[in-house]
Formats: sequence, structure tokens, C-alpha cells
Amino acid sequence: MAKPFIPSEVFSNVSIDKVGVEERIARFQSRSIKNEAKHQGLRMVLNMIDLTTLEGKDTPGKVRQMCYKAQHLHDAFPGLPTVAAVCVYPSMVKIAKDSLVGSSVKIASVSTAFPSGQSTHQVKILDTQFAIDQGADEIDMVISRGKFLAGEYAFVYDEIAAIKEVCGKTRLKVILETGELPTLDMVRKASDIAIHAGADFIKTSTGKIQPAATMQVTYTMLMAIKDHYDRTGIMIGMKPAGGISNSKLALHNLVMVKEILGNKWLSNEWFRFGASSLANDVLMQIMKSENGNYQSADYFTID
Amino acid sequence: MEILKTYKIYIGGAFPRTESGRYYALLDSNGNTQANVCLCSKKDIRNAVVAARKAFGGWGERSAFNRSQILYRIAEMLNGRKAQFIEELTLQGSTQAQAEAEVSMAIDRIVYYAGWADKFVQVASSVNPVNSSHFNFSTLEPMGVVGVVAPANSSLIGLVSMVMPVLCGGNTVVGIASEKLPLCAVTFAEVLHTSDLPGGTVNILTGKTEEMLPTLAAHMDVNALVSEDLGPLNIPTALACVDNLKRKFQCDQDWMSRDAQNLQLITHFQEVKTTWHPIENIGGSSSSY
Repeated sequence: MAKPFIPSEVFSNVSIDKVGVEERIARFQSRSIKNEAKHQGLRMVLNMIDLTTLEGKDTPGKVRQMCYKAQHLHDAFPGLPTVAAVCVYPSMVKIAKDSLVGSSVKIASVSTAFPSGQSTHQVKILDTQFAIDQGADEIDMVISRGKFLAGEYAFVYDEIAAIKEVCGKTRLKVILETGELPTLDMVRKASDIAIHAGADFIKTSTGKIQPAATMQVTYTMLMAIKDHYDRTGIMIGMKPAGGISNSKLALHNLVMVKEILGNKWLSNEWFRFGASSLANDVLMQIMKSENGNYQSADYFTID
Repeated sequence: MEILKTYKIYIGGAFPRTESGRYYALLDSNGNTQANVCLCSKKDIRNAVVAARKAFGGWGERSAFNRSQILYRIAEMLNGRKAQFIEELTLQGSTQAQAEAEVSMAIDRIVYYAGWADKFVQVASSVNPVNSSHFNFSTLEPMGVVGVVAPANSSLIGLVSMVMPVLCGGNTVVGIASEKLPLCAVTFAEVLHTSDLPGGTVNILTGKTEEMLPTLAAHMDVNALVSEDLGPLNIPTALACVDNLKRKFQCDQDWMSRDAQNLQLITHFQEVKTTWHPIENIGGSSSSY
């Protein structure tokens, strides 16, 4: 059980300088990554993707197809890595589990009444327990944004701690849904709460609200992870999700992670992209660097 | 005060400068600079193809009648800017009479293809007699993104004559303007921009053909390519088209001729879809279906 919520321990005395953040991000975005470095970077991006389908219209067939894709990204070009994980609703975990037998691709399940989080404590616990029982390797929970914005930080903290207790050794990613948090200061506060309450990963968004994973919020969250690491030596993972649909943006994110947190975070154990269409764009870029021609979506799998 | 126009390129319904930041100066016969024109790079080609692909869904599925209206609107807008085109043509070496004739011909040609937009499918489609219990019919669908390399020796009429049939058929266009005579191409883009044509449906780049064409020809997301005789570039271009079986079409015409317009120029950039619809009786020529 996590320690009780003590604001002075959880909240750092940091207020975010938005202009400064934007200036630093502009510098990450001006890096030129070419040739071999780009090629290796793109392979790393592929290996960090949580291939995601979180739609009301998801069917077992869709999930099976996505799980196949997770293991066979583009068979026309052998030697590519697989993605890190697939990310599905709890009701689809069993299907994903059966489709991924014998592969190293993990199964992440959203829970706690994703995406709104508007349900009772009991339902959220059951939701999480169900996903784990079905075979989920990782749980992606959402925080109660309404309570957070109302200033009930202890409620948010206790909820995360309770879900972490259900998870046990199953890794827990905590979604802040930064599109609903109006300032970077609040993003930082929510990150601090999640980290202290027991999150293994902090994640930007559900993908259902715009804006999602902007570089500004990812930067702010990475800084929270860095400060925590500097203080305690404990590593926390980061997962930007939603809105990262092209290779260039993904590479800029990697640059940012490397420069803030260092090489230790450059693996799918500590950094993930939550995305549905990013994989195809990365594959098209890799094929472009292989044969020199710009590619067409017609020759890659449908997401 | 006399001010000079900045000739920019047309991508995705906007007029950016080239991504490369380069330009070239267009000189008149006395060696004076007439204009600075964007010297586009292969990244501009990439951006233009992305814009054209994005626009294809909307334009290709638009009702034929509406496409016809928009094409006619292009003619109206061009008509309203006659004087500017005539001025640019004379600046690039035409006589006044030649310039006036070229602009009139361009307007007529646009109206010609505006008329075809809601008619060519029914004229070129067919019901086919087959020896089985099927109602068999073939109809046309646009190919997708078509690269258009404007004739080198024409500023306006060549580009217009090549772009309009492609557009009429519901395709979207990535056009490369004549390197020596690019002014009217940019002004034509401004005409397109004010004609209710959705952004990205036509994209027009300026610069060196030999620099941009290899990228365009090899681009996997371009479905067809039309140009005049490209001389030494013919064979490399044809080879680059092989990978995605791009339809490559060469047409050498005197575009100022009244006859340089026909249905085939539209249907060259169409795919034929044939449907076998099961019916009870063998037929096709009688009213048995």
C-alpha cells in the first residue's frame, strides 16, 4: 500500500515556464537526423509502439488482425522488429492473448472506465481485475480529471494507489488525459501525483481528446520523471499517446527523451508510443530509405 | 507605385515558397530580371503528392455535375483575369495577338472539359454481352493522383490542356510548370484557387523538370504521369514508372489547335471497373434482365 497523500512530499515546487518549454522544444525539432541514424531511430520507434485499437466498433476479427500485424509489420522487408505491445479494451484481452501466443508482444489493456473514468471505485477495481485475469501484461488506467480539477488531489492519489494494489506486479500506466488539463502546471502536478501513487509509466492521453500528446506536455512529464529519478533513483516510464502519426514527430520525441533522461530510457521497457497509424508511416519511411522512392499507403496493411 | 509580383508555388490550397528556399531568376531578352521563381526540390514533390492524395477522396467522389460546375467556374475566373495572362505571355515573348489567341483558346478548352465532366462516364461506359447468366457492365473510375509535366514551350495553353482532362475525370494533379515559361502556371494556380476547387486538388510546382521528374515518376503514390516528348528523360522516366505500374502517357500536340481536345484525353486517366451481376437468364441485348 502506498503512503498516504502528503502534498508537500508529492508536489515539487516547480512552476512551468511555458515560453521556455516551447523554446527548448523548438530546438529538439530543429535536429536533423539523417541516413543511418534515422534508419536506426525508425527501427527503435517501431519497437516502442503500443499498437492500439480502442473503438466502440472493435470486433474480435479486428483485434486478431491487429495482433497479426504487431508480429508481422511488413513481411516484404525481413528483419524488422515487432511492436512492443498491443493496446485493447478489457473485453478483447483474451482474444489478443490467444492471437499472440509464443510472441514477445505484450498485451496492454485500458481500464478504470476508460476513456472518461466516470464510474464508481468498485467498478474501476473490477474492470482492472478482469483485465488482469484475462491475461493483460500491462494496465492503462485513467485518472479522475473532474476530481483533479476540483482540487481533490488526495482522491486521485488514493485511486491510483488502489489500482496499483490490484495490479501487483502487472505494470501500471497512468493516463493523465492532458487535453483536459488546461495548464502545464497542472500536467506537472498530475504527473507528480501519479508517480508517487505507484505508476510504473505515465501516459499523456486516451487518444479521444484533442490536443493529445503535444511535445510540450511530453516534455513537462519527462521533467517530472527526471526530477523523481534524480531524487530517488527510481525510473518511471513514459508513454505519449495520440496525435503522433508521423515518423518525424516520433524521432523528435526520441531526441527529447535522450536529451532529458538519457540512453537508459531508450528502450520499450521505459518508453512507448501509443499509436494506431504511426507504424505504417514509419514503415513507409524505412522502405523509402531502403529503395529511395517515396511510398504509397496502398502497399502497406490497412490499420 | 509599381510593385513586382512574387511567384510562389501552389500546394494543398496554399501558396508557400519552396521548402528548399531556392529560387531562379527569369530573364527577358535584354537580360533584365522579370521575376524570381521558386526552384522546387523533391521534398516539394513529396508535399504536393501528400496534398493531392488527401484531396483525391473528396474530389473523386464529388458528383459529376458539381465537378462540371467548378470546372466552368475556372473558365469564368480565367476570363476575368485575361489582361493579366496576356501581359505575362507578352512578357515571356509572345506577340499581343498570339497572347490574346492563347488566352481565348485556354478559356474555350476549359469550357470544353467542363461540359464533359458529367457526360464522359455514360458515353465511355458499356453494357457487355457475355455468354453466362450475368448482367455485365463496365464503368469508369478516376485513377488517383496524376503527375502532369507541362510542355516546355508553352506557358498557359499546354498546362491547361493537360490538366483539365485529368481533373475532369475526378483525378487530382501534381503539375510541374515549364521551366522557361512558368509565370502563367502560377497565375493559373491563383485562378484555380478562386474557383471553388478544393485545396490540394491541383498542385503546381516550378523549377527544373530534370530535378523533380525522377522523384515524381518513381513516387509509389502517383498513379499516372502525362508529359510531352521528354527527349533524353523519356527512358529513365519510363523505367521509374515501372515499380508501381504507373500509367505513363505521352502526348505531343499543337495545343493551339482546335482539335487538341478529345474524350480520349479524359479516359486515358480512368480505370475500368467491370461488374458481373448474376441474373436469371442469359442475355444482355434483350430486355431479359
